[in-house]
Amino acid sequence: MPKGIIGKKIGMTRVFVNGKAVPVTVIQAGPCYVVGVRTEEKDGYEAVQLGFGEKKEKNTPKPMLSIFKKIGIKPVKIIREFKLKEGETLEPGQEVKVEQVFEKGDLVDVTGKSKGRGFTSVMKRWDFAGFPKSHGHRYHRAVGSIGCRTEPGRVWKTKRMAGHYGNETITVLGLEVVDIIPEKNVILVKGSVPGSVNSVLTLRSSVIADRRKGKLKLQKSKAMYV
Amino acid sequence: MHQLIREIEQKYIPQDIPEFRPGDTVRLHLKVKEGEKERTQIFEGLVIRVKGSGLGKTFTVRKVSYGVGMERIFPIACPSIQKIEVVKRGVVRRAKLYYVRNLKGKAAKIRELKEWEIKKRAAESKAATENKNNGQS
Repeated sequence: MPKGIIGKKIGMTRVFVNGKAVPVTVIQAGPCYVVGVRTEEKDGYEAVQLGFGEKKEKNTPKPMLSIFKKIGIKPVKIIREFKLKEGETLEPGQEVKVEQVFEKGDLVDVTGKSKGRGFTSVMKRWDFAGFPKSHGHRYHRAVGSIGCRTEPGRVWKTKRMAGHYGNETITVLGLEVVDIIPEKNVILVKGSVPGSVNSVLTLRSSVIADRRKGKLKLQKSKAMYV
Repeated sequence: MHQLIREIEQKYIPQDIPEFRPGDTVRLHLKVKEGEKERTQIFEGLVIRVKGSGLGKTFTVRKVSYGVGMERIFPIACPSIQKIEVVKRGVVRRAKLYYVRNLKGKAAKIRELKEWEIKKRAAESKAATENKNNGQS
C-alpha cells in the first residue's frame, strides 16, 4: 500500500473521545486508483501514482484517456505520486482505500493550497503590530520604517512588506488521526488543515514520526485514539 | 453544514438522551472527579436555553441554590453527563427564558404541563421527526 492518499476537505466539527472534546477536520479520502507504477529498474525509484476524483471523458486529453482505458478505470481528476510502504507492490487499476493506508492514532502530514488573500498589508501578512488608533496618530496600519539612511542605502533583501498573501502550497506536520470511517471513505484529523472547503488535500504518513518528539506524540496519540 | 458532517456527528451523539425543551426541569447525573475518586453529583434545574444543532448543541440549566442563581451550560454529548432525567414539563411561550433571571419566588414558577398536554406534545414531536426523516430519504 502507498504511504499516503488524496482527499477532499469537507469541513470541521468536534467529537468527544475518552471524555475530551477534540476539534477535527473531516476529510473525504479516496477511494483512489493506481494509475501508474514507478519501478527501480525503469525509473530509478519505487513509487506509485494515485488518481482521485471524477472527470468527464470529453474533458480528458486523448493520451490520458488511453492510459485510463488500458488499465480499466474511469478518468480521474487528480494524479499524485506516493512512496510505497516497505515490501509491498501495487498493480495499475487497483483500488486504494483510506483504511488500508492509515489507522487510528497515526500521525499524518497534510498538504493543501491555502486560501488566497490577495494583496495584503503587513499587519495581516506578517503579524506586524501597527500603530496606535488614536491619541493624535494619523498613521495606523502602514508598514513604518523599512530601513536606515546612507548606510546601507538600500532596503535589505527579504524585508517583510505588503504583497500577495495566501494561495500557496502549505504542509502541516504531524496531525493525529482521530477516527476512520471506512464505509464513507472519511478520515478525521485533529486540528485544522490548509485551504478552503472542497479543496484537494494530500495526506502522507508523517515525517516527524521518526523524530524524538514525534515518537512521543505518536505514543500519546495511539493511547488516546486506539 | 455539509450533509456528510451531520452523518458523522450522529455516531458521536448519545442515543439515550430524552427529549426536553426550554421550560422543562431536568435532573443531571454528573461525573465529578475528586483526586483519584469519582462520584456522581446531581444538578437539577430549569432548562432556559437550547441552542445549536448536531454535536454542537448545548443547553443551559438554571437553579437557585441558597438564594444564589446558578447556570451551567452543557454540550448535548457532554461525556461527564451520565444520565438526564426530565422531572417536569413546563408551559412557556418563549424559546429563551432569560426573563426568569429577573424573577424571584412565586413569580419564577413555571406552570407544569397537564397529562393530556404532555401526550399532545409527544405526538407532535414524533410527527415532526417522522416528517424530517421522510424528507431526508
